[in-house]
Amino acid sequence: MELFLQFVLPLAFVVVMLLLGSTIGRNRERRHFAELDQRESASRGLVVTDLKTVPAGMEPANATLVVGATVIASDYLKTFLSGFRTIFGGEMRSYSTMIERARREARLRMVEDALRKGALAVINVRFETSPIAMNSGRNVAPMSEVLCYGTALLPAGR
Amino acid sequence: MIVVNTETIPGYEIVETKGLVQGNTIRAKHIGRDITASLKNLVGGELTQYTELLTESRRQAVERMIQQAQQLNADAVVNVRFTTSSIAAGAAELYAYGTAVKLVKTSSSVAPQAASAPAMAPRATGTPGTTPPPPPTAG
Repeated sequence: MELFLQFVLPLAFVVVMLLLGSTIGRNRERRHFAELDQRESASRGLVVTDLKTVPAGMEPANATLVVGATVIASDYLKTFLSGFRTIFGGEMRSYSTMIERARREARLRMVEDALRKGALAVINVRFETSPIAMNSGRNVAPMSEVLCYGTALLPAGR
Repeated sequence: MIVVNTETIPGYEIVETKGLVQGNTIRAKHIGRDITASLKNLVGGELTQYTELLTESRRQAVERMIQQAQQLNADAVVNVRFTTSSIAAGAAELYAYGTAVKLVKTSSSVAPQAASAPAMAPRATGTPGTTPPPPPTAG
C-alpha cells in the first residue's frame, strides 16, 4: 500500500498528464496552424517589412504604431520530452513549433491591427521574445511572450 | 500624439529633438490567473489572460511615455522600442522608450493632389526586379 502511494500513484499521474497533454495539445496545435495559414493568406495584400524606409511609390500622410502580442506555454509532454533533449542536445523541435505559433500569431495580430486602421503598409517591424516564467518550479512549463511591433503607414484622411 | 518606431514620420519633418522619454510598469500575475495558467500548462497553447495582462500593461507604459512627451511639449515620439523582462518570479516589467520630437508638416503632404497623382505610376513599376540597383558608394 505504501509502495502504491509512493511510486505507482505519482507515476500514473505523470502518465495521465502526458497522455492528456499530448493529445489535446497536438490537436489544438494542428487547428491553430490551420487557422494561421488561413488568416495569413487573407492578409497577404499588406506590405510588411522590417526596412525603415517607406516602400517605393507610397505617399503616406501619417503613421502610427501597431502592436501584436501573445503569451504561449508549451504542453506537458513537450516539457517532459525537452528534459531528455537537454541531455543529448540537438534541435528542440517541440519548442520550435511552439515559438513559431506564437510568432506568427503576434505578427498576424499586428497586421490585423494595421488593416483595421486602414494602413498602406507596416514598416520597421521588430520581434521580441521574452521568457515570462522559467522552467524552475515543478510542473511549470516554460512560458514566453512574443511581441511584434511596427509602424503602420496611413493614407491621407486617416 | 503620433507614436512610431521609425526614425522619421512620413508626411512630417522633425524640427526639434526634445530628448528621450520613457514609461514603465511592473505587473505581478495574480493567483487566479496563475491557476488557470497552470491548467493551460497541461495542454500548451496561448495563455489568453497573460496576453491581455501584458497588452494592457504595455499600453500603460506607452501612456506614461506619452505623458512625459506631453510635458516636454512634443508632437510625437519616434524610434519607440519595447522591452519585457521578468524581474522576479511572477513579475514582469514592461518598458517603452523613444525620442520626443517637434514636427512640421512637409510641403508634399500639404498639397495631396500633387503628391498622390504621380505616386501611382512608380508604384506599378516599383517591383524589386525592375528597379535599377543603387550605385556603389565610394569609400
